[in-house]
Amino acid sequence: MDWADFFYMGGRGFYVWGSFGAFALGIVAEILLLRLRARRATSVNGENKK
Amino acid sequence: MSLFKYSSPATFYPLAGKMWPWFASIALALALTGLYLAFFVAPTDFQQGEVYRILYIHVPLAIMGMFIYLIMAVYGVMALTFNTRLSSMMMEALAPTGALFTALALWTGSLWGRPTWGAYWVWDARITSTLLLLFLYVGYMALINAIDDKKRADKAGALLVIVSSINVPIIYFSVKWWNTLHQGSSISLTGNSIASPAMRWALLAMTFACWTYAIAMALVRVRAIIAEREHGAAWLKGGGK
Repeated sequence: MDWADFFYMGGRGFYVWGSFGAFALGIVAEILLLRLRARRATSVNGENKK
Repeated sequence: MSLFKYSSPATFYPLAGKMWPWFASIALALALTGLYLAFFVAPTDFQQGEVYRILYIHVPLAIMGMFIYLIMAVYGVMALTFNTRLSSMMMEALAPTGALFTALALWTGSLWGRPTWGAYWVWDARITSTLLLLFLYVGYMALINAIDDKKRADKAGALLVIVSSINVPIIYFSVKWWNTLHQGSSISLTGNSIASPAMRWALLAMTFACWTYAIAMALVRVRAIIAEREHGAAWLKGGGK
């Protein structure tokens, strides 16, 4: 299988990649937001020394 | 060792810190395996074509969206009966991931529905009750943030989640109870379906990837919540490790 076919997804690329793209975006956004929250929470307690 | 040893935030905090990288690594390994199987090993569906591959994330997300709400309800019962603060913190830690999964389940379902059913959205029993689940997650988070007194916020949140968790079996059985457009499983985990083994393994790997990811996120988030709520506590100073 070549990559063009892979992205074309039998003509359903929009739906397939729209789904998997949103999935990836959601996961990455959650991880980044949580990292920010964890950093803020621990810096108040002086944990961020290392 | 007492049964309640790990129900204390001070003992759970370092434990959660040690555990989350394991769950995160397992989640990553499972997701890579699952995605590989889903795209490169599993065959094209004979009825739905390539678009059925959306189900490899849609189904795990929907299952975990429901499951996380049930786990929150169990923590809610513990919070109300044993009065453990950590139970309420775990509820709060799980909610955002549950909400994200439910929102993504609706989104991916919608993108699957357009080419398969001809509509992005229909108000059938399963889809409507899943939308309600998303509103319940958001409502719970809004509720606990709106009440300043943390003890009262925890109690109100636990009560809301326990009572409304009745929605989860409604979602699950909706396809049997009512004549919904949303079908039962296209890929069955329990056998007797026409699915190839690769389809089944891909779905299984993605489901456990979402599961372990949710655990990792909840553990990291509960540490943040503990740090936020207990700030100034002596055991947190200088690391708490």
